[in-house]
Amino acid sequence: MEVEVIGRRTFLIGAGASLAVAAFLADLPALAQEPVRSIDEALKKVLGDATPTESGITLEIPEIAENGNTVPFTLSVDSPMTDASYVKVLHVFAPGNPQVGVASYTFTPTSGKAAVSSRMRLARTQDIIAVAALSDGKFLIGKRNVKVTIGGCGG
Amino acid sequence: MSAAKPRIRVPEKAKVGEVIEIKTLVQHVMETGNRKTADGKVVPRNIINTFTAKYNGVEFFRADVLPGISANPYLAFFMKVPGPGEFEFTWVDDAGVKIDQKVPLAVG
Repeated sequence: MEVEVIGRRTFLIGAGASLAVAAFLADLPALAQEPVRSIDEALKKVLGDATPTESGITLEIPEIAENGNTVPFTLSVDSPMTDASYVKVLHVFAPGNPQVGVASYTFTPTSGKAAVSSRMRLARTQDIIAVAALSDGKFLIGKRNVKVTIGGCGG
Repeated sequence: MSAAKPRIRVPEKAKVGEVIEIKTLVQHVMETGNRKTADGKVVPRNIINTFTAKYNGVEFFRADVLPGISANPYLAFFMKVPGPGEFEFTWVDDAGVKIDQKVPLAVG
C-alpha cells in the first residue's frame, strides 16, 4: 500500500496558496459592490416605500430560451418622454440568477423613446421583472416568465 | 478589454425631431465572477459596468450593467435628434479599460 506523505515544502506551498486565495476572496465583495441576492431587497432599494403600478411596461423576451447564456430582450415603457413627463430609470431584474440585478438604464427627454434592447444571462426558468422610475416620482412594474433550457451563469 | 473597435450603427441621415435607433456591439468576455477554474480558483469579475451615450457633449442615455448581461454586449436605444452634431459612446470595464468612440450624425 502506498502512503502519500505530505512533505514540509508541499505543505507550505499549499498553505501559501490558501492564504492568497483567502486574501483574494476578502477583496471580492468590494469588487462586486455587494451583489444583491434577493428580489425583495432589490425592489426595496429601488422603490423605497412606494407601490408600483402594474402597467405600461412591455417586456419582449422569448417564452422559451434554449441558451441561457444569451437571451435577447427588448423593454419599452409607455411615456411621452417630454420634459414634463419621462422615464428616468428602467431597472431589470432576474430573481433566479446568482445576482438579481441585470442592468439599469437611465433615460432623458432627449432619449425620445423609453426603450432598450440587449441580451442577458439566465441561470434558470424565472420571471423577469422590470421597474420604471418616472419623473413624477411614481413607479411602474412589469413581469414576464421565461423558460430556460440550459442555464447560463457558469459556476 | 481588447482593442477591438465597437460596432455602431446610426442612421445615415436624420431629421430634427426624429426619433432614431442607435445599435452598438462591443467585444468583451463579461466575466461574471461566479466561475471557477478546474483547480477551484474564482475567475475575477471583469465586465463592462458602464456605458454612456452623449450627443454634443450632453449625456442622453446610460446603462449601468451587472454580470447578468451577456458576453459581447449588444445595446440598442433611441434618441430624439435635437439638431446636427456628434455622438460620443463610452464603455468602461472593471479593469478600468475605456473605449471611446465618436460618430457624427448627418442631419438635414
